[in-house]
Amino acid sequence: MPNYRIHKTEYIDETKRVSFKYDGKTYFGYEGDTLASALLANGIHLVGRSFKYHRPRGIVSCGAEEPNAICQIGSKKDLTEPNVRATELELYEGLEASSQNCWPNVKFDIGGINNFISPLIPAGFYYKTFMWPKSFWKKVYEPLIRLSAGLGKSPTEPDPDIYDHKYVHYDVLVIGGGVSGIIAAKMAAKNNLKTLLVDDKKILGGSTIYQNNESIKIDDKLSSEWLKNEIQEIKKLSNLTIKTRTSIAAYHGYNFLLAKENLTDHLPKEKKKNKIRQRLWKIRAKKVVIATGSIERPLVFNNNDRPGILLSNSINKYLDYYGVTCGENIILFTNNNSAYETSISLHKKGIKNIIVDLRKSASSELIKQAEILGIKIYFNHVVTNTFGYRKINSLEIMKLSEDGNTTVGNKIRLNCDCLGMSGGWTPMVHMHTQSGGKLDFRDEDQVFLPKENSEDQISVGSCNGDFDLENIIDKTVNKINKFLDIDNQDYQDTNIICSKENDKRNIWLLPNKIPLGKTKCFIDFQNDSTAKDIKLALKEGFRSIEHVKRYTTTGMATDQGKLSNMHALGIIADTAGVKMGTLGTTTFRPPFTPLTFGTLVGRNVGKFFEVVRKTSMHEWHVENNAEFENVGQWKRPWYYPKNGENMHDAVQRESKAARDSAGILDASTLGKIDIQGTDASEFLNRVYTNAWSKLAIGKCRYGLMLNEDGMVYDDGVTTRISENHYLMTTTTGGAANVLTKLEDYLQTEWPELDVYLTSVTDHYSTASICGPNSKKILNKLFPNLDLSDENFPHMSFKEDKLKNIDCRIMRISFTGELSYEINIESKYGNSLWKMCIEAGKEFNLTPYGTETMHLLRAEKGFIIVGQDTDGTMTPSDLQMDWIVSKKKYDFIGKRSLYRSDTIREDRKQLVGLLTDDPKEILEEGAQIVSDVKSKPIDMLGHVTSSYFSPNLNKSIALAVVRSGKTMKGQKLIIPMENKNINVTVSDTIFLDKENKRLNA
Amino acid sequence: MFLINCPFCGERDQSEFSSGGEAHIVRPKQPTELSDDEWAEYLFMRKNIKGIQFERWNHVHGCRKWFNVVRDTSNDKILSVYKMGEKPPVNYK
Ligand SMILES: [Zn+2]
Repeated sequence: MPNYRIHKTEYIDETKRVSFKYDGKTYFGYEGDTLASALLANGIHLVGRSFKYHRPRGIVSCGAEEPNAICQIGSKKDLTEPNVRATELELYEGLEASSQNCWPNVKFDIGGINNFISPLIPAGFYYKTFMWPKSFWKKVYEPLIRLSAGLGKSPTEPDPDIYDHKYVHYDVLVIGGGVSGIIAAKMAAKNNLKTLLVDDKKILGGSTIYQNNESIKIDDKLSSEWLKNEIQEIKKLSNLTIKTRTSIAAYHGYNFLLAKENLTDHLPKEKKKNKIRQRLWKIRAKKVVIATGSIERPLVFNNNDRPGILLSNSINKYLDYYGVTCGENIILFTNNNSAYETSISLHKKGIKNIIVDLRKSASSELIKQAEILGIKIYFNHVVTNTFGYRKINSLEIMKLSEDGNTTVGNKIRLNCDCLGMSGGWTPMVHMHTQSGGKLDFRDEDQVFLPKENSEDQISVGSCNGDFDLENIIDKTVNKINKFLDIDNQDYQDTNIICSKENDKRNIWLLPNKIPLGKTKCFIDFQNDSTAKDIKLALKEGFRSIEHVKRYTTTGMATDQGKLSNMHALGIIADTAGVKMGTLGTTTFRPPFTPLTFGTLVGRNVGKFFEVVRKTSMHEWHVENNAEFENVGQWKRPWYYPKNGENMHDAVQRESKAARDSAGILDASTLGKIDIQGTDASEFLNRVYTNAWSKLAIGKCRYGLMLNEDGMVYDDGVTTRISENHYLMTTTTGGAANVLTKLEDYLQTEWPELDVYLTSVTDHYSTASICGPNSKKILNKLFPNLDLSDENFPHMSFKEDKLKNIDCRIMRISFTGELSYEINIESKYGNSLWKMCIEAGKEFNLTPYGTETMHLLRAEKGFIIVGQDTDGTMTPSDLQMDWIVSKKKYDFIGKRSLYRSDTIREDRKQLVGLLTDDPKEILEEGAQIVSDVKSKPIDMLGHVTSSYFSPNLNKSIALAVVRSGKTMKGQKLIIPMENKNINVTVSDTIFLDKENKRLNA
Repeated sequence: MFLINCPFCGERDQSEFSSGGEAHIVRPKQPTELSDDEWAEYLFMRKNIKGIQFERWNHVHGCRKWFNVVRDTSNDKILSVYKMGEKPPVNYK
């Protein structure tokens, strides 16, 4: 097996050999490796197939910008993870990874055929090809695209790992632990500011930490040695927290940032167990220093995507940090000085290399060094083509013309097994723009730079466009002193020697004799878009960068175009003949690198996913086989199936029992608002449509609450407990909103009212007993209470004690039956319920759930706000004009009740519906029409509530129908998929119109 | 995610608050005297400014108090916070 690990470094522990599997084969690496460095050490460059053309692709970079080396980790159904960048994944014992986007395997890939039919796959291919016929989309195109796209597999079982969230507050957050980040963190922390420094790598130091060129020195030491010293120093600072393996995912407004900390991803399999895998940090920082550095740009030339073609600086890092060479015969292709550093490093380790430089000539310390070492340099040359299928084996270069627009002279063929590209540097401005910052364009080296516009955020170092070390350190120190308003002198005497020439010859799309249409000059490696695609999009009329991006899919892959956006912009600018700075850029959106769902969700999984509210009686319901329904956050018993009953049978039995003898409902979830104050009556007058001033103490009244637009908002019964004390009930789902709304009016419109609102929903439990035998059951529970209609009539309230515990008893009814609601302090709720059940045994007291409650109230035509109303129903629409006071001068929504729209006679109005076939149950939501033959069919309304009534032995329904009030007796049709159902409009009250049962 | 300085509780995360739209829209004292158009003006019409906007916020998961906020909607900076009933700061007109 070839070994490309050619020297020892302090970052690779050669005493700790690590075995791992890649595409099913076992390899070895060392602790300290990433998957990418270990693969390269084993001579493996080919790691995948490209998205569209299925071309072989290799590792390109050494960090977050990696477009090709994307793998699937693990094979277990619950633990597998797609889209992991091999360049960021630390190697651990037992790691199993496989290349994505190739089938059946990376070396023989069926989709590779696309490469040969590529003239058929131009920009916008998906839009153009898969448009027609429509029916093909679902059956043909989508499965085809999905099969060949192959962007990894999602786990199919729940994630067994533990994730965590943490909230923190800091004075200063520093993003990035390179030279400038370390300096900023030290300055802040030494000035007594509580500081957090985060870096996505395993160790601090950025790219300077493995820098070993003699021409770059700080205080007479190698820059890497100097920096190690600095790192030792900052580790001693007590108010500095350092988090490595932690990457900022999102930078939101008000300096609120999300960071992902990797805790176990680098550990051997057995050590991962029972530990938190990743932690999401939610950071609030008073000030943020962005020191995220820059990434090297590729160059755009024909066949620039073969395995073995990497970024020049990545070749350097693999060599000096991991001890791995990417080849034995390397060519570096550059338009600037930084490739020379790589060249010199390679040369020193004995790796043969030559340089192809776009510039006509250049001179710098580094170039001089290279020349002295005898490294061959081709100035004013351009790579025009590369060769080799699974890995590069040679390339062609040609001389550039004077203006750089074309090539001249003869082709020179050079053999190589690796090509390094250096197109200069792109400052990582993602964090700055995510925070809302704008960008400036610097023409001289064609970079976007952060525009300083905020007093609580700053960019320093190479992400601010400062590339040489002296500039980085000096500027960082000055800016941080100013930014934090401090006067730190630590670096005043620091002596920096470095290569300073930033001379660069920028050509976005390199010239070639071959017509562009026949070249493959890749811009976006991950989404396989080429210079040709961009030009085609422009030819077809696209101008905005956002449109070109979507049309060609450039920059839209999981790497968000970290390597490709600048070239796309550059080529657009060149082609359109405009200045690059005027084009703007695409928007960088969070997350910076993909996040796992686990990290986002944290501990809020399973039963912690959402808050669940349970009544005091909940346990009893569970013990008695209740099926539950979610109402808001509440778990409410839906029905109580007995002996294998289905829902329909259970509801029919419960409904019948409630009317024949007695039923009991857990009504604890209804919203309860305690209203006190000398103006409480006036307040109720203003918030309900009916009058409240004359409600006697000890009496209850039903109220309808509107929005200011006149639409029904909530309803419920309110009880006057004493002169200045009321207890309001609201719908279960509306409780919180009603309280907020009432507070709004009290605090903002009527602050002069002496009224206090307190939510007491959770303070009281409520058992509601209804049916002809309910009085007898009440009598057993409260033997001293006079239950006669004279003493305790319908819509009144009494206080009594149950075994010495205070109870509030309301005689109110939502079923139309004689009915009592017993309220007790919540801690006694379960006991109250059990005592009711015990007392009711001899009367077949039947517990019923929400479904039966809905059925019983529908028999009586009582509305449910939110089911029979939808925010567009006025009281009049509901045929409830009786509850709207004509005398009151004002109440919320009154004025809206006679707007031109609300007095229209053809509004949808609540009606009853009876099916011609009494056994036919309508579907809630079904449309209602009068004529099925007209086209288009005129929709008159829809069914809002529908049940089979066991007490009437027929189907009943409520519906809203246009001009419904005037349609009583009229025949209408409910068209369903297979049949038309004939119905007759009826009254909304189906049972006991005379309300005899209330006093039965 | 805003940090909002509740005049009663101090600085809290935005998730504790709910927004109540434009501030200083007073409910007419005599709605019945208004024409449809005048009532619609109160009921529906909002300025929705890009720039400095006066808004109502409610510390719904805190003290439950409503209060006013001056916010620049173009950059989300909150410039001032003041209690209900207090006069809006004049320097942001
Ligand atoms: Zn508050």
